[in-house]
Amino acid sequence: MRKRRFTSLQRGGLLLILGILLLVTSNFVDELRSYQGAQVAVYLVAISSIILLTGYSGQISLGHGAIMAIGSYAAALAFSLWNISFEFAILFGMVVGTIAGFILGVAAARLSGPYLAGTTLALAVGLPTIADQFKVLGGEQGLNFDIGDAPGWIKRFEGSDFTQYRWFFWLMTLVALGVVWAITNLLQSSFGRNWRAVSNNPVAASLAGINVARAKVLAFTVSSALASLAGALFGILLGIVTPSAFPLTLSFTILTGAVLAGVGNLAGSIVGAVVLVAIPEFSGALSTHLGNSQKVTANLPGLVTSLLLIFVVLFRPEGLWPKKVWKRSRQLNN
Amino acid sequence: MNQGLVISDLTIEYGAIRAIHDISFEVKPNELVAVIGANGAGKSTLLRALSGMIASASGGATWNGQSILKTKPEELVRRGIVHLAEGKSVIPELTVAENLALGGLRRRDKSDVATAISESLELFPILASRLEQRADSLSGGERQMLAIGRALVSRPKLLLLDEPSLGLAPLIIDQIFNALNHLRTHLGLSILLVEQNALSALKIADRGLVLNLGALVKNGLAAELLGDADLRDSYMGF
Amino acid sequence: MIFIDTLLLGISSGAIYSLMALALVLVWRSTRIVNFAQASQAVLSTYIGYEITMRSHNYWVSLPLAILFGAILGSLIDFLFMRYLAKRAKSGPIAEIAPVIATLGLLGLLQSIIGLIWGNSFLQYPTPLSGKGFTFGSHTIPFSPQNLFIVLATAIVLLVFGGIFRFTDLGLALRAASFQPEIAQLAGIRVARIRNIGWAFAGAAGAVAGAVITPTSVLSPNSLDLLLVSGFIAAVMGGLDSLVGAVIGGLVLGVGFSFILQYVGSSVTFLAGFFILVIVLLIRPRGFFGHQVGRHA
Repeated sequence: MRKRRFTSLQRGGLLLILGILLLVTSNFVDELRSYQGAQVAVYLVAISSIILLTGYSGQISLGHGAIMAIGSYAAALAFSLWNISFEFAILFGMVVGTIAGFILGVAAARLSGPYLAGTTLALAVGLPTIADQFKVLGGEQGLNFDIGDAPGWIKRFEGSDFTQYRWFFWLMTLVALGVVWAITNLLQSSFGRNWRAVSNNPVAASLAGINVARAKVLAFTVSSALASLAGALFGILLGIVTPSAFPLTLSFTILTGAVLAGVGNLAGSIVGAVVLVAIPEFSGALSTHLGNSQKVTANLPGLVTSLLLIFVVLFRPEGLWPKKVWKRSRQLNN
Repeated sequence: MNQGLVISDLTIEYGAIRAIHDISFEVKPNELVAVIGANGAGKSTLLRALSGMIASASGGATWNGQSILKTKPEELVRRGIVHLAEGKSVIPELTVAENLALGGLRRRDKSDVATAISESLELFPILASRLEQRADSLSGGERQMLAIGRALVSRPKLLLLDEPSLGLAPLIIDQIFNALNHLRTHLGLSILLVEQNALSALKIADRGLVLNLGALVKNGLAAELLGDADLRDSYMGF
Repeated sequence: MIFIDTLLLGISSGAIYSLMALALVLVWRSTRIVNFAQASQAVLSTYIGYEITMRSHNYWVSLPLAILFGAILGSLIDFLFMRYLAKRAKSGPIAEIAPVIATLGLLGLLQSIIGLIWGNSFLQYPTPLSGKGFTFGSHTIPFSPQNLFIVLATAIVLLVFGGIFRFTDLGLALRAASFQPEIAQLAGIRVARIRNIGWAFAGAAGAVAGAVITPTSVLSPNSLDLLLVSGFIAAVMGGLDSLVGAVIGGLVLGVGFSFILQYVGSSVTFLAGFFILVIVLLIRPRGFFGHQVGRHA
């Protein structure tokens, strides 16, 4: 048996300290970095939804971008149409995304490997087209999702120069840390053990009395809840929710993040998220160095991402920052 | 003159486990040698190493003077060595005729392939009436016959057989062992036969080997082994 | 009249989906990998065909050369990359999705390389065939010589591959190697080489798809992405293992899309594709022609 090193409360405390440190740091960085920090937090939530699904229950999804779209649209609708506060709008987005994920999960539990991949891929391509069909969804123009500046009490505390991006960074970082805390607890519960058993050996798991189909549906549902949360945050960060914000490549991007993280490694998702945000920055710098021709600027990020992806699959299947190294450093901290 | 299969000081490692250690024996041309022993004695591992399915073998194994270790299975088939793995040696999704044809795919002499196929069908007439059926519609015994028939189409010199009697009715087992006897006696094949069913195997074998926990504990004439009281107690269960 | 026109259009686009589905099935059958890179392989072959046409001013010279290039590219990808992948990433959570990720990575890699060479702007790649519909009396149907060529090309590809699989030694080896690689190897088949031929065939089929459909639209590094999605949906509906299933899946999808386009509206076609796929898979979880039992994908 593996020993638990931290109790749930201790982990929560550690994450809280980490959060406060991050928030304090945000005072010393510029707008762009705040924005990127918020982006990292959103990707972190999205990637962890894939890690939960693929790494811990053995299912594949090429359509989590579509689930993000569901969460995002539902939240934006609630916010702009019904004038609900943004906290409840996010919650509403999660509820709708969770229901959609449950329905999809019921279908998914019957499908294996490539059949599931194909179905979710079709969803990723097809779903954003709904926006054109219903006026209420705003078509190509999309829906407004500008939640404005930070609440007054934060501004009183932090000063009036507390910008919107810094507010987003605060908000999303706290949500992301909360998500990490919740997932860690979940994975150590009996649900987590069942998922691992199902993904390691479905036959043995069902012989051991685990309802395999139910475990899979549940994993898909929880994963969708997280993805729709990521979608809602993504919408807030963009300020507007449009079909073009959720292209097929978004599904591939978060899958890429999960692979870079190491598919079975929740702690690695921070690495995946940071790398996803760093790639355009890095490619931009590199293409300036290469003379900024249009061909290079347009294609370098794709080239870097693909090369990184192929490198990880071939040489670092356990992710850019393998679990073992992570564990060892944690032991040293002890 | 064919020098047969010569195994000298063969050791096979399976991960950290030594599945076979330091065994030496020979299978001469036109000889049927039965390998018996309890489950986990290393019998199947031995065959898998000889047919190139396991690469981590050291020591010597030669067929007709040339080493066969670390050679791919498909190359060994060209050199006349065919391994029929336990329980799965036909392709269920293909028809009987197609399974037979597999044995001749890499042979140049297509007219002899046709001859060999008709010889296989003569040996196992039941297959002739099932040519267009998918192999997964066959009974266990018919599958085993199809596997042996397919092996014969590639005109082998040495057959490595893993538990051909597994799960079959006694009557069918007799039929298959009679066929093996025929191949040895009339076609001059060498056969290395791994069997749980020690009694039936030793009855048709020329010699027998007894493996225990990866070591060769006995190597003698089949008739002698059949008369060995100790062996009867420990391996034959009668 | 509209009904027949819609049907004809559906058959023409369905034929293209079938070609892409065939390419995916050919790789799936021999390696159990869904090759997402197929779209970029087909696009690269089409760019090569485009370059040859621009120099030789003859589409019919470029077509066979583009197909040959597609075959060689497919073979190279297997030889340099996929063969290596099979030995790696075999365990752990990534094993489940490694082939998908690897081919997605390859898709992105080839597309960015194409972009670096040719840029991302749309290119026109015309054929000598007319894109104007045949006319019967006063009625012009939306089915042109170009559409006819597309349907014929699909039929020829299907017949050639079907014939090879069904009637030749190579086809027997391909089937044996895809169904039971280990037994095939023990029966003397050089499985790795046979797989490589499967990749080459798939590359060729994809190149045909790219070469015949691109003249009806435009050429860009990701101009075949949606074709890949349609082809994949078609292949999955057909059962992934069956060449005939791929073609039927493609035609069902093509005709379905065409009617939805005509009677419901253009923007929902892919969502409809999703629902068609879900319905098919809920009834038959392994497609029309997939083996329903005893196979673990």
